[in-house]
Amino acid sequence: MRQNTFIRLLIILALLAISAYIVLPMPKPDFVKNLVFWQEARGRDLQIKQGLDLKGGLQVLLASDLPGGAQPTPEQMESARRIIEDRVNGLGVAEPIIQQQGEDRILVELPGVTDRNLAIDLIKQTGQLEFVDAGFTPLLDGTPISTTYSLYGGLLFPETLPTGKPISETLNAQAGTRVYNTAFTGEILQSATPGLDNLGRHIVNFTIKPQFQENFRRYTSEKLNQAMCIVLDQRVISCPTIRAVLSADGTISGSFTRDSANNLALVLSYGSLPVPLTIETTRDIGATLGADSIRRSLAAGAIALIAMIAFMIVRYRLPGVLSAVALVFFMLVSLALFVLIPVTLTLPGIAGFLLSVAAAVDANVLIFERFREELRGGRTMRAAVEAAFQRAWPSIRDANISTLITCAILFVFGNTFGASAVRGFAITLSLGILVSLFSAMFVTRTLMRLTFSEQAETIEARRAVLLGV
Amino acid sequence: MFDLFRIVENRRYYFILSLLVILPGVLAMIYNVITLPTHTPWRLSVDFLPGNRFEVKFTQPISEDQIRGVFQSFGITNPAITRLGDPAENIWQVRTVFIEGDRAQEIRNALAKVAPLDENSTQIQSVSPTVASQVTQAAIVAVIVATVAILLFIWWSFRKADHAFRYSVCAIAALIHDILIAAGITAIFSALFNWEIDALFLTAMLTVLGFSIQDTIVVYDRIRENLTRRRGEPFETIVTRSLLETLNRSLTTSLINIIVLTALLLFGGASIKQFVAVLLIGMISGTYSSIFVAVPLVVAWFERDLWGTKQRAPQVAIAGK
Repeated sequence: MRQNTFIRLLIILALLAISAYIVLPMPKPDFVKNLVFWQEARGRDLQIKQGLDLKGGLQVLLASDLPGGAQPTPEQMESARRIIEDRVNGLGVAEPIIQQQGEDRILVELPGVTDRNLAIDLIKQTGQLEFVDAGFTPLLDGTPISTTYSLYGGLLFPETLPTGKPISETLNAQAGTRVYNTAFTGEILQSATPGLDNLGRHIVNFTIKPQFQENFRRYTSEKLNQAMCIVLDQRVISCPTIRAVLSADGTISGSFTRDSANNLALVLSYGSLPVPLTIETTRDIGATLGADSIRRSLAAGAIALIAMIAFMIVRYRLPGVLSAVALVFFMLVSLALFVLIPVTLTLPGIAGFLLSVAAAVDANVLIFERFREELRGGRTMRAAVEAAFQRAWPSIRDANISTLITCAILFVFGNTFGASAVRGFAITLSLGILVSLFSAMFVTRTLMRLTFSEQAETIEARRAVLLGV
Repeated sequence: MFDLFRIVENRRYYFILSLLVILPGVLAMIYNVITLPTHTPWRLSVDFLPGNRFEVKFTQPISEDQIRGVFQSFGITNPAITRLGDPAENIWQVRTVFIEGDRAQEIRNALAKVAPLDENSTQIQSVSPTVASQVTQAAIVAVIVATVAILLFIWWSFRKADHAFRYSVCAIAALIHDILIAAGITAIFSALFNWEIDALFLTAMLTVLGFSIQDTIVVYDRIRENLTRRRGEPFETIVTRSLLETLNRSLTTSLINIIVLTALLLFGGASIKQFVAVLLIGMISGTYSSIFVAVPLVVAWFERDLWGTKQRAPQVAIAGK
């Protein structure tokens, strides 16, 4: 029994030391940083990742770049905004802001992103559309491929000589990767619209610009019954087989749904973005709330923590001191988890954490109130400790389970609908709740057992002062 | 005579007190829906509305509060102010609700009086809202689903007690009570002091939901325990006993939370004060409702007597010879 408690104490001290090492701002050697192998190599700095509302990040202003300075329609801008939003979410950036600005601009704010090139590349990727000769074996949708055009600008029509670095082709060939011939780029298309064929199946109609029609006819007659893959950003999006010699227009049929036909038509017409965008400005941005505000709030948090601990000690005396240790343990371990997982901390996230601090304190209060009740009921000190934890457990368990249920639902919804504020709240709250359960039922309990079994007589002698009962 | 500890018997007074707090809030929400141009229960901040974005470059250092002051003197109470780029550059971004072109120019001139502006790098543009309405709707649906899940959970965890369903319904009633109080008082402040709700309001409501459920479950749990430990006692006695036994815990936890939130309110940054104030209201309401709403409502349901005024059969009978 006593040895068991001793092992528990060692576990607590070890966790405390590791967490403190992770959380406290001290220089850490690279091999330690690389221990968090599940994080992306770039971001392994063992620091709490802060959202844009706390830390700032990168701000990118995109402007429409239609030929001849034409104005995009509001629908075009809105769908461009959504596509950018999808891409940014795909990056895993927490709490991004993507909003339309004026009539032809989109403002993108990426919290915590410091690598300008990375962010810019991903936004700039406006979608290179290619028609690729795949021979007699159509490729599966979604297959990533190498093409002559993407490697060195090589095209079959109009025949362009390699101008860039043909080395990459050789390299690819050596690596056993097939390089497909690019026949045309998206440039040849005049228009593409979704439609229905005679049997009511969804198809995509397209027309070819007059100056490319002769080339298109030549190509389709040479490659009749072979596959011509439609490739966007080096990824196959559809691989129709050429069934007729075409020149001015044609249709793409297959197992399309209304949506997939629509999407393909959109991609064919506009590349991946309905409006070509250029980057107007990029700059580092400060915190939305203002650094002064954050600093003051952190100081206020520290004051609150001290007041809270002081209150616990005044009210519960010796157990209050033990709970102070447990609370410090709770905070350090929670913050260490935020670093390790990693959780991007935002204001809603801090609110969730605050609520879990309240839950952690509440668990201790529940236990200590029970402890006093049991003491007043005439139990011995040691029996009272055990009974307090046993009796308080159902309340603590149920209250926290209901919070965890709420968190799970908020998380799922936040994820599905892109309400990242809701998701951030749910993540920190649920992690905090789990740690608070551990801190109350393991840490506080071990400390109480240790204190009250070793020092039972001393405490009994000064019961009024040390316990207030 | 009014006895403070006869919480369950005197439930009508506590119910009336709750109604007295909720009613003005609900009226304020209705008033706001009618009078505000957005027809919403609260004044919406720039987070929810299309608005303006000022990008201003000063030639001298200037503080966030100075900029805020200028906008506030034009009646724009809640601008989102951000420093752009290096602090030495003195470039600031301010997001506001929509402002007419002439007034925007006046604000620009007023800013130039506080500190000289670099006219070339200063611009005013219109922007779309940062919090889309789909997100708000998704959050509301999430809260409703979560509420139903909690209802089922309490129902299940009370499955051994009679009419477990009643406990869960009353817990949800207390939850709605707390949300109404927090949202209602925000609406009152919105009407009186032009409080605007921003993206954080949503978070505040979620936190209030958490406080409310946590408190109610702790009190219910004691009832559940006493129901098995003290069979034979009248239901009302068990309930009152459970309330009194958990009162210490409720008050202590509540007091600690009040200390924490008050510290944040007094010493925290200006931009989170409103958020903390809503949390404080919701947290106090959560503790209050767990004692004075959730539990008395359960008793009222069992006795089929909402106000606790029905004549009761005498509990002790005189035995005849």
